[in-house]
Amino acid sequence: MTGESGSGPESGGDPPGDGSIRAVFADMFGRIERSDVLIVATAMVAVYTLFMIFVLLRLGITTGTPNAIASAWRELTFLFAAYAMLALALNLHWGYTGLFNIGVAGFMAVGVYTMALLSTSPDAVSGQGLGLPLPIGVIGGMIAAALVGLVAAVPALRVRADYFAIVTLGLSEIIRLSLNSRTLSDWTRDRFGFATGGGSGIDLPARPTDALFDTAAGEALIDLFVVRIGGEEVTLVAASVIRRFTWALVMLGIMIGFYWLLRRIGYSPFGRVLKSIREDELVAQSLGKDTRIFKIKVFMLGCALMGLGGILWQGSQGFVSPDSFRPIVTFYVFVAVIIGGSGSNTGSVVGALFFVSLLFLAPRRIGGIVDARLDLIDAPGTFAGAADPLVSVFNAEPMLAYTIDNISALQFILLGIVLILIVQNRPDGIMGHRTETAAAVDLNRPNRGEEDE
Amino acid sequence: MSEPDISAEETDGRAAATDEANVEPESAGAPADTPLRVANLRKTFGGIVAVDDASFAVEAGSLTGLIGPNGAGKSTTFNCITGAHKPDSGRVEFQGERITGLRPDQIANRGLVRTFQIARSLEEMTVLENLMLAPKGQIGETLWRSVVPGARGKVVAQEEELRERVWETLEFFEIDHLAGQTAGSLSGGQRKLLEMARAMMTEPDMLLLDEPLAGVNPTLEHKLLARIHDLQDEGYTFLLVEHDMDVIMQHCERVIVMHQGSVLAEGEPSVIRNDERVIEAYLGEDV
Repeated sequence: MTGESGSGPESGGDPPGDGSIRAVFADMFGRIERSDVLIVATAMVAVYTLFMIFVLLRLGITTGTPNAIASAWRELTFLFAAYAMLALALNLHWGYTGLFNIGVAGFMAVGVYTMALLSTSPDAVSGQGLGLPLPIGVIGGMIAAALVGLVAAVPALRVRADYFAIVTLGLSEIIRLSLNSRTLSDWTRDRFGFATGGGSGIDLPARPTDALFDTAAGEALIDLFVVRIGGEEVTLVAASVIRRFTWALVMLGIMIGFYWLLRRIGYSPFGRVLKSIREDELVAQSLGKDTRIFKIKVFMLGCALMGLGGILWQGSQGFVSPDSFRPIVTFYVFVAVIIGGSGSNTGSVVGALFFVSLLFLAPRRIGGIVDARLDLIDAPGTFAGAADPLVSVFNAEPMLAYTIDNISALQFILLGIVLILIVQNRPDGIMGHRTETAAAVDLNRPNRGEEDE
Repeated sequence: MSEPDISAEETDGRAAATDEANVEPESAGAPADTPLRVANLRKTFGGIVAVDDASFAVEAGSLTGLIGPNGAGKSTTFNCITGAHKPDSGRVEFQGERITGLRPDQIANRGLVRTFQIARSLEEMTVLENLMLAPKGQIGETLWRSVVPGARGKVVAQEEELRERVWETLEFFEIDHLAGQTAGSLSGGQRKLLEMARAMMTEPDMLLLDEPLAGVNPTLEHKLLARIHDLQDEGYTFLLVEHDMDVIMQHCERVIVMHQGSVLAEGEPSVIRNDERVIEAYLGEDV
């Protein structure tokens, strides 16, 4: 995966037109380089295998292993799809257009909470919604996120990029803190009949895929994972894991939809103008492009996608509280984009995969393995308590126990190291510098490719 | 593009002398003959007067040079004409319509297109992308058209037409061998050519070139000037800011001399060459 110059738009040689299925396919998906699909597929296979090995290392082979593997894969798929969607949306803002939006979490919150206020049942335990159908809630959430994006963009796009960043961060925190407010929640309940629930959060509608499992087909699917071994019924994968895995797969599908949409935008005259705004806005203006309109449109679209990403992720777990929208979420999404290389859609997906698997989940998994396999002593309470035996009697065990115990905190150190390494050594991301040519057609000289070489 | 550091007193002292040299825009003939007319343009930055009551007109089909010593207000005038700066007062007309204070994109869409003193290429974009960006009226610049499957066909068709023109333009400027490279990897002179080519892709009526020859080696300079003359023969109008007196005197049929924010003299090169005020302005600068 070191392709320094990207893979160039080697179109598959599909002849355009002629109305065949192939041509329709080519129109829908354009020139997805075969190598891009290969890169993502290879990375996914590698990561999923790694997580299977993690489970095997921890449990060995027992009847519980399949369920544990499925559970690990479910978590991986779920977070991968969620971060990839957000990374793609952020890549549209930051990678493509140069809009430095550090309020991703805020736009997610607007999407999720609007969806909740529209679609949560009026007699929910915490927070109250209007009980409207879920599709209305989802579309409403996206529209609300886009409108908040518009409100932020119109005044903010007139200021310089760094001020724009501050405005978006501030807005994101204003949104989170407002949702945290009990006063606001009480007021909206008395006034409008819906409530955000304040700091205790809001209940959410059930995942739409869960209804599938009330049908015969759904039950048959669950039964598929129950086998008889030696006259005993063994559940290989629990019903709850199957339900949640199904949802993760739906998210993965929608993530592919995001990718398709953004790729299509990237390979179009619209995307070309976005790129030129990123490079030098005055040039774009001097060529007659009304950059304000482009920036507002793209900002609203990206915000709507962030809202949808938030709904599918944070909005699918039955409950959400303002704590899920801390700025750290925005930071994580940025890490995913930076790892993959900003400006590249494929890079955003691969970056999200590596961030979620290797940086976010793997350390905890490894900690779990060590914890389960080595019968460690109880971890000392302080760093000094762990370091002292190491230095005085060369006993590394307290240190190891301490490290495992604090692995989620150590993740941040790992994250920092990886970021430094990437920014220093591969500023264009792990995929290397990629040229995703912004045009709807192959720009090479038609008919006479070899001339003048 | 920091402009002038002329002080206000200096400007005031010279202002009186320039009055008679000003063209009266009102009497400058029909708009068709003078697509660009500038009247009493003034622009200040804080206490500094960069352009002070500048008035001139550019004749259709001409290659007009705008010269002047450092800090004379040439670039600021350019920026005021093209909308990058808003003038404090005065009037800019293009093809008989007032364009004062319009946004850069509005002015460009009326057919008045500029290039920059320090070439501003879109560095991470290829030469091809740079040129494909420029044309006006691209239907694919509407978001929904670039996305919705059924509408995409027309976009592709237009892109194919544009690609044809892009390659013709690249050949005309003899930079077709650089087509696939990113603009950031080009030399200074090649970037100037790219900028010209990009500006031409907008199908402008008139081009404002801000020091197109600065930092360009003699071979490329020759090539650029030849292209400019070719385009002039096709009927394009050029206004050229240039530092290099020799180039202006050799190639332009009309010269406007700016000094300390105002128009000092205007006329044919042979006249300008012998104008004492011009000589004095340049010598005064040199001392």
